[in-house]
Amino acid sequence: MSTTTTTQTIPAATLPEPRSGSWDGGNEPFKASYGKLMMWFFLLTDAFTFAAFLTTYGLMRQRHLAYVGAPKDFTFSTAYWPIPEKVFNSFPGLHGMDIPLAFVALMTMILIFSSVTMVLAVEAGHRMDKNDVQKWLLWTILFGSMFISCQAWEWGHFITGSEHGLKMADGSTIFGAALTQNEYGPVLFADLFFFITGFHGFHVFSGICLLTWCFIATTNGTFHKRGHYEMVEKIGLYWHFVDLVWVFVFTFFYLI
Amino acid sequence: MDHTAHDFDPSVEAHHAKPNTRPIFIALAWIVGITTLEFAIAFALPHTMATLKNSIFIVMTILKAFFIVGEFMHLKHETKGLIWTILIPMALLIWLLVALVTEGSYIGEAIFNR
Repeated sequence: MSTTTTTQTIPAATLPEPRSGSWDGGNEPFKASYGKLMMWFFLLTDAFTFAAFLTTYGLMRQRHLAYVGAPKDFTFSTAYWPIPEKVFNSFPGLHGMDIPLAFVALMTMILIFSSVTMVLAVEAGHRMDKNDVQKWLLWTILFGSMFISCQAWEWGHFITGSEHGLKMADGSTIFGAALTQNEYGPVLFADLFFFITGFHGFHVFSGICLLTWCFIATTNGTFHKRGHYEMVEKIGLYWHFVDLVWVFVFTFFYLI
Repeated sequence: MDHTAHDFDPSVEAHHAKPNTRPIFIALAWIVGITTLEFAIAFALPHTMATLKNSIFIVMTILKAFFIVGEFMHLKHETKGLIWTILIPMALLIWLLVALVTEGSYIGEAIFNR
């Protein structure tokens, strides 16, 4: 029996065609660049972290007793979960007045406006308009810094507490909220406030750092030379996410 | 992602395209409107309607999230594959939330013997 030679060349026609499907490499199935896609996946994981925080808040709130009675008769006690609008009812410069949720609504608006200026910066980037990108990035940094300053004031107020404090059963009085004692309710209420708004505030701070770097790079013409402003888009995605988280914190921590 | 197509062209700087900001401001109007409404509902409705109030707040929050993610983050205009990649894991988190909040009630019952 003769055998075919092993060195025989295979005719080109019988070679398998190179695979060229969406997922065979060499193209972008989601029509988004690698960097943008990875930013989306990072934000997805970050959303898991914040969802874990807010879910923990829900669990801990249900685990504690709720206040029963008319809201106007509400007094602070470590025995039950406080009504949020009774805790967050102060406004800078308006000492001693009961203005529930106004300050946090203002903070929400500031962050939403920073999101709009961010999306305007991205839009200016699409038009390769360096001056507009610079202008809108600066506005975003300004609004972001305003937000974080407001948060610093709110934390300061929450930690300092009221003038009269809360009388405990053993005769002592506690002032303000900390990780181990809380004038406004169960200790976990303060802990969750510090962790949730603190982790969010840390995100805002990181965002401001990224935006500042982005502003410097824009000013230096780095992106213009590169031919696109995709970096502004990626940082924009992050910034909108931070705004999105605040929308959920506003509802689940302050409103409900 | 069409910007990779624009190569660096100094002449682009001379005549900028007109800004297309209409959809951005429509989304902004919705978000501001919803937040104002939420604020109003928080004080307009009596505390005896807590369940109704909270349901309205949650629906409105999801609506705001739709405008932020859809318009500002541009997800509405991405491919279907990317949209589902983001939305399906997020939808599963609702299950986690409901399950653990229910669990919290049970823990509370065990502690306070309600």
